[in-house]
Amino acid sequence: MTLTATPDSGARLPFDITRIRRDFPILKREIGGVPLVYLDNAATSQKPVQVIAELTRFYRDHNANIHRGVHTLSVESTDLYEGARARIGAFIGATDPHEVVFTRNTTESINLVAHAWGRKFLQAGDEVVVTEIEHHSNIVPWQMLRDERGIVLKYIPMLPDGTLDLDEARRIIGPKTKLLSITAMSNALGTIVPLEVLIPLAKAHGATVLVDGAQSVPHMAVDVRTLGADFLAFSGHKMLGPTGIGVLWGRMALLDAMDPFMGGGDMILNVNMERSTWADVPAKFEAGTPNIADAIGLGAAVDYLSALGMDEVRRHEIEITDYALRRLADVPGVSIFGPMDAQQRGGVVSFELEGIHPHDVGQVLDTHGVAIRTGHHCAQPVMAALNVPATARASFYLYNTTSEVDALASALEATTKFFGMGG
Amino acid sequence: MTAMTGSLLDDLYREILLNHYRQPRNHVAIDSPTCSADGSNPLCGDQVRIDVSIEGDRIAAISFSGSGCSISQSSASMMTEYVKGRTVAEARAGVDAFQRMMITAEAPGLDGFDDIEALIGVAKFPARVKCASLAWKTLEQALAGEGGAVTTDERSTEHV
Repeated sequence: MTLTATPDSGARLPFDITRIRRDFPILKREIGGVPLVYLDNAATSQKPVQVIAELTRFYRDHNANIHRGVHTLSVESTDLYEGARARIGAFIGATDPHEVVFTRNTTESINLVAHAWGRKFLQAGDEVVVTEIEHHSNIVPWQMLRDERGIVLKYIPMLPDGTLDLDEARRIIGPKTKLLSITAMSNALGTIVPLEVLIPLAKAHGATVLVDGAQSVPHMAVDVRTLGADFLAFSGHKMLGPTGIGVLWGRMALLDAMDPFMGGGDMILNVNMERSTWADVPAKFEAGTPNIADAIGLGAAVDYLSALGMDEVRRHEIEITDYALRRLADVPGVSIFGPMDAQQRGGVVSFELEGIHPHDVGQVLDTHGVAIRTGHHCAQPVMAALNVPATARASFYLYNTTSEVDALASALEATTKFFGMGG
Repeated sequence: MTAMTGSLLDDLYREILLNHYRQPRNHVAIDSPTCSADGSNPLCGDQVRIDVSIEGDRIAAISFSGSGCSISQSSASMMTEYVKGRTVAEARAGVDAFQRMMITAEAPGLDGFDDIEALIGVAKFPARVKCASLAWKTLEQALAGEGGAVTTDERSTEHV
């Protein structure tokens, strides 16, 4: 009996969109009598039957607590959990699976670094550099640390086209920079950040680098061996996996030097009434019974993505995004925010429809079965820089098609008509 | 658009509502208001400011400003039209009636509430109730004389 979901044979499947769509049962749903067009993938992705089946199989056949039982089920569950860790590690190019720490999501991963690394290694006056295009989850933990420890928080500004001001970045990143904490791709605009420029800048000054990979790891090949970062944070639910499971990858030397995040069971070596000693990495950061089933489910998601190949996923999304940028630009009243080159942006298109608030756009689109996100996308500094209260955002994944982009475009035309704007 | 989804949308966006959205009433600033309050709905970025001028126990003048979706802005416009000239107690009763209508989806049958009852369809869209309620909650805050800011979103942050 093999306990890994899919043998890691490295075999590639052809990128067959019809076959892929069959793997996602929810794509057959209808919304109010019309087919669902799911374009809210930057918020969360849908799940293939392979992931759903893996969750069911775990609970049906193996479920037990891990790392402590001598009985068969506990051993099987431990093997599945640790096997998922190893495959997720391999997916991002980690040489040591112990560098993969399971968390709830990207937000918890970043908070883990702020608490366990930041509180130990940052002092008053030390500078943490983020960007204006970060998700709130990569701003708020550092603001909290600033208020607690007196660190200085600096922002690399955004240019009007949604890209970063690299000249300004060269001025801001300097000898006082102790941490560069930066997104790989803007969730609000889709901007792909030139990490290959910014990480060496930070490294030249001896800074530690955290990459928020919530939007990049699900959509393109990310390899920590060439990334040059010290920490990589991402979420399982945006990459076909279950909610409630995320990852912090970190360099072993750093993880080893850090204090625990939370205290409790499974993270200790020894406890007596006076003091405790910590378990090794990653157990030190996984206090209490972890999210066993969803970690295993994320393992199945990573198998699915690996079988397709992340370069193929990215190629497909460039195709869809390029089509969407051109198709939406033809819809009367639509203005698109962010870079207009699909090579420079992920599968995210933020836009506004003239004279109609994004919330109203999203409401009318829903009656056409089209699911998009409207609001500030947890990136209020981006909204402030664009001088808009909110945007409408369509975001794509490996199962989206150009005909779904067409459905979005016609629904937008119908929205304008409904509100009586432009006849 | 299918007939069913069409009627659902027409329930939400009644013509009178779109009329108030396109031609908002009491949308010009008033001089030296007696009390004011700011409201926001962080979920979709709706913002509204209410300025009230009270003479005796009556609302002599009221204005709203801000920006947001059609539901929040038309509700604000209708609210100002309703409370203008009424007593503070009547205005407070209007706020209560409106909030009850958002929960029960039943018309309160108040005198002068006819247009406002066009917002009854919002009750079927829980995500939009906060938009519709914003101006009314902000008025309540202004009348309480507490000034400050209200929000219709109880969460401090949302996650994407």
